[in-house]
Amino acid sequence: MDIAEALGLFIFAIISYNIALLYGTVGEILNEKAGSLNLGVEGIMAVGGMGGYLIGCSTDSMFAALLGAFIVGGLCGLLFAFLTVTLQANQNVIGLTITTFGLAVYFFIGRGLGDKFPKLADSPSFQNAFKAVDMGALSDIPVIGKALFSQSPLVYLAIAIAIVAGVFLKRTKAGLRVRAVGENPGAADSAGINITAVKYTNIICGTGIMGLGGLYLSLYMGGSFEGSATWTNGLGWIAIALVIFANWKPIAAIFGTLIFGLFFTLDTSKLVLIDAMPFLSFLSKIPTELYSALPFIITAIVLIISSVRKHKNNNEPSAIGLNYFREER
Amino acid sequence: MKKKLTVLLLVLVMIVASLGALTALTGCNGETENEGFLVGAIYINSKTDNSGYTYAHHQGIVKAMKELGMNPDTQLKIVDNVPENNQQVTNAIDALAGQGCQLIIGISFGYGDAMAAAAKKPEYSDIIFTHATGAMSSLDSDDYTTSFNNYFGRIYQARYLSGIAAGLKASQGGKVGYVAAFGTEYAETCSGINAFALGVQAVNPTAEVIVKELGTWGDQTKERQAAVELANIGCEVIAQHCDSAQPQIVAQEKGIFGCGYNSDMTSEAPDAHLTAPIWNWNVYYKLAIDTAMNDPENYMEKVTNYYGGLKEGFVDISPLSKNVTEDTAAKIEKVRDLIVSGKWDVFTDVKLSFDAEGNIVKTKSPLLKADGTEAGDVDDVVIKVTMNYYVKGVSEK
Repeated sequence: MDIAEALGLFIFAIISYNIALLYGTVGEILNEKAGSLNLGVEGIMAVGGMGGYLIGCSTDSMFAALLGAFIVGGLCGLLFAFLTVTLQANQNVIGLTITTFGLAVYFFIGRGLGDKFPKLADSPSFQNAFKAVDMGALSDIPVIGKALFSQSPLVYLAIAIAIVAGVFLKRTKAGLRVRAVGENPGAADSAGINITAVKYTNIICGTGIMGLGGLYLSLYMGGSFEGSATWTNGLGWIAIALVIFANWKPIAAIFGTLIFGLFFTLDTSKLVLIDAMPFLSFLSKIPTELYSALPFIITAIVLIISSVRKHKNNNEPSAIGLNYFREER
Repeated sequence: MKKKLTVLLLVLVMIVASLGALTALTGCNGETENEGFLVGAIYINSKTDNSGYTYAHHQGIVKAMKELGMNPDTQLKIVDNVPENNQQVTNAIDALAGQGCQLIIGISFGYGDAMAAAAKKPEYSDIIFTHATGAMSSLDSDDYTTSFNNYFGRIYQARYLSGIAAGLKASQGGKVGYVAAFGTEYAETCSGINAFALGVQAVNPTAEVIVKELGTWGDQTKERQAAVELANIGCEVIAQHCDSAQPQIVAQEKGIFGCGYNSDMTSEAPDAHLTAPIWNWNVYYKLAIDTAMNDPENYMEKVTNYYGGLKEGFVDISPLSKNVTEDTAAKIEKVRDLIVSGKWDVFTDVKLSFDAEGNIVKTKSPLLKADGTEAGDVDDVVIKVTMNYYVKGVSEK
């Protein structure tokens, strides 16, 4: 294997292994920008993925699967919004509850189906719709060709959603309203913005996007349900950290995903790198445990840096995690 | 007249009733010993799992009890989702003992200390404890007040057979990948990798076995990624010592071959899967439950610290899939017969190979470690507890 091919495979792996993080992160940014700290990402991704996968298999249609995953994720968001916006419950507690709930539903459905759990191979057009696309000449460019132009369509969908969300928040009037609600709901309310409607819309859209991330993972894992582990496997928690790393900017989250992905992927991808570049063989002398810990060490460092850094570019919504109740103003 | 009739009727009723009672009694008699006996089990995962380690044990216990004419619904008491934490294991043992279980099974390695402590308590002297994959037993010391044994199997024999299937699929001198939860840290994974590699080398002497260690049990995402990378660097067959079927699914996607583990994974990877080393836990559970129920006094003499293999049927390989040629199947069958006969075993200084007619050829040659030094004598203790090196031809990436 030559160096160009190895680097190409490495970049391909970084993107294809970690793109679900981007779905989770963008969904969470939409939630947080409207002032709602939603810690239920892990559970919403799990249950959204399960719902989308089962709908995709039973209809043999990627479109139905995407819609299903978005709706199932959005329903979790509706529950979260009802409890925290309408009933004013504590966001942290409800978020954690949604995670527990989502994971439990995931296992309940998967184990309940048992041997009847649908196999991806039985839904050929659903399976094919996930397969990597071939963009002809673009896909043949050395190093980056396969990595950038020969991914699954759902990878491009994630990037498109991130860009749309970034433009929406930064450049549109509706996005300004969302930011106003997240920064100072009292002032936004005085300006005539319907706080409840903005929060509901953002939470439901954001959680729907998380559901799409779950669907990506279900297909990435070949639709194979294991009784004791989830497809999300902790990615939902990393997504919450990535929001801070990306400074609440969806487009920055694309690059954040690649950087986090690099550390996630190094452990397994080093096989290919060493094969092409023997001088990297020191990578295999590093204990596996350190590789497993790397993403979490990076997350901790990111959290420390971002809490120290308090300059004017800090995009954290001021009213994050706080419920808005007009009469208490 | 009326009185006489009534008396006659009453007598008839009495006869019928006593007959009924008698049959009921005799019916009971056949099963009384078995019906009163309760088996307790402590599981690491859920009893409702539909694949994996806990599932395999649960199926084994249920099957063994049915074979012994017992009813698992009423006679098997389970505490599941018990982490490897002494207090929680102790609580589980207390709960099972409180329900009257006379045999308590612990399936996970980390239950050992708590089970040993319970087996030393005088109040539990009428309960037999049995511990999977453990190293302690009541044969070790006089402190124990009851029978406490451990059990495990010669899965390396099955891995050797799957290695033959893999070695014949790879090209001569090609690469064979192995996704392993752990490598040389545990003798269990280490001896499995080595036995597999020796099986590969019996038919493909220059093949390279490349191990990717994950450092964790049950991380299906990593298991998938490791398999993808092994395929990327040119491995033609992917074997595994991890829980999920992801390595086999990857082999299917990449158009190469694979050997699963724990269960027949052919349905997950119909065009890729060759065969999988599997456990028949029911073989042991039948022996243990039967002895604990009918001959508890001699439990330790009869069951001892159990270490069954192909011969006992405790380990085996799953049925060879359509991807395995008849020639391969014949070679595997010959080696299996040889191991079952007891005339040869994997970790000895006799190497197997095949001549042109497919007959086994034995050559005397010392077992070499990856660094080229001789491994020396490999007995059961080495295989079970102390093995911490790879054999020649194995490398870890």
